Amino acid sequence: MFPFVLEKPQSTEDAIAAAASGARYIAGGTTLVDLMREEVEGPERLVDINKLPLGGIRVEGEDLVIGALARMAEVAADPNVQRLQPLIAESLIEGASPQLRNMASMGGNLLQRVRCPYFRMLDAGCNKRTPGSGCAAIEGLNAGHAILGTSDHCVATHPSDVAVALVALYATMRVRGSKGERSFPVEELFRLPGDTPHLEHTLLPGELIMEIRVAGGPHSHRARYLKVRDRASYEFALVSAAVALSIEGGVIRQARLAVGGVGTRPWRLRNCEAALAGKRPERQAFEEAAQLATQGARPLHHNQFKVELLPRTIVRALEMAGEVA
Amino acid sequence: MSVSLIGRPMTRVDGRAKVTGAARYAADFNQPGQLYAVIVSATVGLGRVTDVAAAEVERAPGVVAVLTHRNAQKLPYLPHKAGIDPAVGERLHVLQDDNVRFYGQPVALVVADTLDHAERAAAALRITYESRQPLVDPTDQRAEKIVPEAANRTRALADRSRGDADTAVARAAVRVDETYDMARENHNPMEPHATVAAWNGDRLTLWSKSQYLVNEQAEIAAIFGLPAENVEVICPFIGGAFGTSLRTWPHVTLAALAARHVGRPVKLVLTRKQMFFTTGHRPRTRQRVALGATPEGRLTGIIHEGMGETSRYEQFMEALTNVTDYLYSCPNVRTQYRLTQLDTGTPNHMRGPGEASGIFALESAMDELSYKLGIDPIELRRRNEPQMDEAENKPFSSRSLMQCYELGSERFGWARRTPEPRSMRDGRLLIGMGAATATYPAFHAPASARVRLLADGIAEVEAAASDMGPGTYTSMTQVAAEFLGLPPEQVRFRLGRSDYPQTPSHGGSWTMASVGSAIRAACVEAQAQAARRAVADANLPVFGASVNDLEWSEGRLRRRGEAATGLSYQDIVARTGVPVEAERSAERASEVAERYSMHSFGAVFAEVAIDPDVGTIRVRRIVGAYGIGRVVNPLLARSQCTGGMIGGIGMALMERTVLDPRDGRPVNAHMADYLMPVNLDIPKLEAFFVDEVDPHVNPLGVKGLGEIALVGTAPAIANAVFHATGRRVRALPIHIEDVLTA
Amino acid sequence: MTENPSESHPPGPIMSRRETLQATAGAVALAALPPLSATATSAPALDTNTVTLTMTVNGRAQTLSVDPRQSILDVLRETLNLTGTKKGCNQGACGACTVLVDGRRIVSCLTLASMHDGAQIETIEGLEKDGVLHPLQEAFVEHEGLQCGFCTPGQIMSGLGCIAEGHAGSPEEIQFWMSGNICRCGAYPGIVAAVADAAGRT
Repeated sequence: MFPFVLEKPQSTEDAIAAAASGARYIAGGTTLVDLMREEVEGPERLVDINKLPLGGIRVEGEDLVIGALARMAEVAADPNVQRLQPLIAESLIEGASPQLRNMASMGGNLLQRVRCPYFRMLDAGCNKRTPGSGCAAIEGLNAGHAILGTSDHCVATHPSDVAVALVALYATMRVRGSKGERSFPVEELFRLPGDTPHLEHTLLPGELIMEIRVAGGPHSHRARYLKVRDRASYEFALVSAAVALSIEGGVIRQARLAVGGVGTRPWRLRNCEAALAGKRPERQAFEEAAQLATQGARPLHHNQFKVELLPRTIVRALEMAGEVA
Repeated sequence: MSVSLIGRPMTRVDGRAKVTGAARYAADFNQPGQLYAVIVSATVGLGRVTDVAAAEVERAPGVVAVLTHRNAQKLPYLPHKAGIDPAVGERLHVLQDDNVRFYGQPVALVVADTLDHAERAAAALRITYESRQPLVDPTDQRAEKIVPEAANRTRALADRSRGDADTAVARAAVRVDETYDMARENHNPMEPHATVAAWNGDRLTLWSKSQYLVNEQAEIAAIFGLPAENVEVICPFIGGAFGTSLRTWPHVTLAALAARHVGRPVKLVLTRKQMFFTTGHRPRTRQRVALGATPEGRLTGIIHEGMGETSRYEQFMEALTNVTDYLYSCPNVRTQYRLTQLDTGTPNHMRGPGEASGIFALESAMDELSYKLGIDPIELRRRNEPQMDEAENKPFSSRSLMQCYELGSERFGWARRTPEPRSMRDGRLLIGMGAATATYPAFHAPASARVRLLADGIAEVEAAASDMGPGTYTSMTQVAAEFLGLPPEQVRFRLGRSDYPQTPSHGGSWTMASVGSAIRAACVEAQAQAARRAVADANLPVFGASVNDLEWSEGRLRRRGEAATGLSYQDIVARTGVPVEAERSAERASEVAERYSMHSFGAVFAEVAIDPDVGTIRVRRIVGAYGIGRVVNPLLARSQCTGGMIGGIGMALMERTVLDPRDGRPVNAHMADYLMPVNLDIPKLEAFFVDEVDPHVNPLGVKGLGEIALVGTAPAIANAVFHATGRRVRALPIHIEDVLTA
Repeated sequence: MTENPSESHPPGPIMSRRETLQATAGAVALAALPPLSATATSAPALDTNTVTLTMTVNGRAQTLSVDPRQSILDVLRETLNLTGTKKGCNQGACGACTVLVDGRRIVSCLTLASMHDGAQIETIEGLEKDGVLHPLQEAFVEHEGLQCGFCTPGQIMSGLGCIAEGHAGSPEEIQFWMSGNICRCGAYPGIVAAVADAAGRT
């Protein structure tokens, strides 16, 4: 690990100023410390933001507001989260391990870096880690990689579970930088790799995630997260699906759907959502809609099974959501 | 003895040490003034080191030394081979030349004052290579199969043939002829390999993770050209090993080399990633099994051809086809074992070595045959149950396979199984039930032990044995207490030092058979000595008696038939204060080995539930019934069995080390990417032992348990997957994608 | 937490895979550039700066001078010689290093000591009081919740967290909430029984 200087600002403004001049934020550290130890990351200055007033979970009207420093475990166990947005709790406890969920912040979860093994190995080409060095995964071992949103420069999946749920719930986030605050959908945080895979998100230099806001609605209580993996726990998704259905009079009024493990970012499936609207919540409609999920998919040598597994996961998740009383 | 300690479900004598953090593993032996060493691993798969930019790193903060082939001491590497070393080939000589034989080979070592400094410097060290493309895929067209050299081939490893198997299979009414693959696996014990090395003049102390202390002592002595007695290896606790610590790998030499170079104690711990490079692995295998049978289900021919991977520099062999020789009755059997030499580190034994892989192929094929015949898989095995070891033409010392199947069937509820694939469901889930045979040889090796009866009534028992988790501390305490007639609290059993009496390696399920027998012999001798001392002591009531007129009962010596309380060891020893000390060796009489075929047997049953939509495979329960002779401690034995079943779940459904063919790197050298079962994966597990008395194997009547606990589980699960889905998967591990479209 | 765009170097010339292959003269296509990342090469070799902090370990206040890079795990094991806490993977993927920090179970390998000035840390060495084992320690011995013992300190500390969080209501629940601790020996059934037993006792 490279040496670094640890800064402990007392105010959000000081933290933002430090980051704007090149320091890196650290909260739970579950991604960053790990990657620093591998020397995939080598920040010279770290800004410990844990003392900043960015924690907590509150309810504002119909909205659930989650502080960026709230820990995954804290959010999953929060009665308001469980009551208003059970999908968030469900997706959180499917991720990582109890210990890591006690450590990792919500903001850090969204910004966690990819699990591509070549990204972690300094002696392998990786355009995300070392722009221009090539992508060892494209012709390497790529069973865990993405089939959607890939480019010739990067095929890594975004590993977060809760991000998939937040995208499905059309959550927004508020960020603050040296030039002020702005809010935008969580989905817009994530960039496609394109030919700049080292640029992973849309935050401006020094911007700090303040909170995540999730609006409630009839879909909130007909929402499920399904994570498919070989091991029952403590494994990243092969494929996951977050679905939220709003059903009126036996007909789907609105379907919200995002998937994980298959995209270079948490992947919202607008075409599937559209196909479900107005349909009765039945398996045939689910299957027809799910078939649209793999439009444009570019499977690699070892992950072709994801083309098969993705629609099946969506169908099953839709059935589970439909079964919610 | 009124109450037998052997057979009693005692909790672990070292339990308290393990739950308080007091148990010390190799890396826990911090030494005053110790420095930290970090290995730099090769980043090419084949080639040579052309340059090392050591100078800039030597100036980095805290760095004390940078060792490479250029400045490392040339070591004698005197010839040394132990039974666990491949008979053909020569171990890797570390930092002795510029060759890179496989990805991850140690090419340099950085020593610094703190771990952070050593890690940073190791990462900063720039090494230039001239590289070539390695060959790491045994299925690659260019990979050449070789016939292992004769020097390597013991009976279990030899090609064997009886009758004419090829003709028999070709002419059989019903045939199965398939190929079965097993992935390369890494042992991945929770404790990484670690060595703390300290020199005192020309004497070396190693606190080092080892399953074979006396060999580590001898090997390091040979490498450094020292008398063996100058090296001491200490390892009171092993954090799991499963075979990976049987051999003395290069890091042990590196730690000693570095400590000598810098003149201070050096601690060297492998990273988890490095655990995939130089500490062995279960070799990837490809096997062909062809079975021929009559319509009634009598086997007429068996062909078992196996291929395992090895390195370029050593011929590692395992008993891949061994079980096929003796498991079933069949007049025509042919087995063949070949190796493929690859640009990889040498594989080594991993729990159930050879047998676990071989039986996956054989027991899958038997299951396939049962469907072709329309005969229940257990009935098929019953129809082919041999009366003797037909390969060796000798009786089994004991064989309880059919009793295991009977007991296991009953406990599992096999009768509820409907034979047709895809015929059982639980709601949406497909349910499958499968069974398979487990077997493993009942090995025995010469071992020694020492017993010391002290004046305070304590019996000290010592052997250079190990306890990697099965409970050696506890079970040996029971054996000693039993034969001394003492309560276990008065026995102190010590292991884990190379200067204790010599024992064989802690593997191959032979620790209890070998070390236990030696302890028994030493206890009997100590008792005899105590009696002789007692009758010679004028102040003791048995003075002048013939030892033949005396008897020991519950640790007390009295005249035969007398009601007196008798004398305790303490009464005898305290007279002079000089402990009674006895050291004895034990080994299996060669005529016993010539007369009997000695193996453990078991039957394993698994139930799986498969989600037909998304392909997730979850094991719901496993039942194992085993005939392993005498069970010394049923509590520990059941743990070992259920632990083995969990290992089998990993083998069947998760574990695979994936190498990138472009440079031979293990791509998933990470605990999050090399999947092993976690708590939530564990179903209901039940292990039963059939009553089995084997008077031949050894004086204790024990056959060993560590390996057979794993063997058999993976094929039982694979057979259950077929029963659930109708999809026969002939490659382990079976993952979601293998059953997704079933 | 994130790769901050402001720090990221502008993308260099993007080599195609073909060019990459040529650049490395043949077989080894994976290591296209010298084995250091862009961020890595930019970091100067700073001299070690140490920070002084106070941590309460098992009820005892300790003032320590640490390298900011040191994890709580390394501080416990190498600085304080509290070797009961184990390093299994050093990557947050096994749970062997689990300790309680301010009452919550965490993996100490990914926790920088320098970020925990003033923290209360409980390790396996602190559970036994006056020679009496904690009920969970006792239960691990009674129920065979261990074999080799290496993952055991982490399992026990995690079990304490599991019980305190209210996640030990049933064997199934314990299995779910104890899945962050790998046991390669496969002592899981005993671990679940031990946690269930201790949860019932406390």
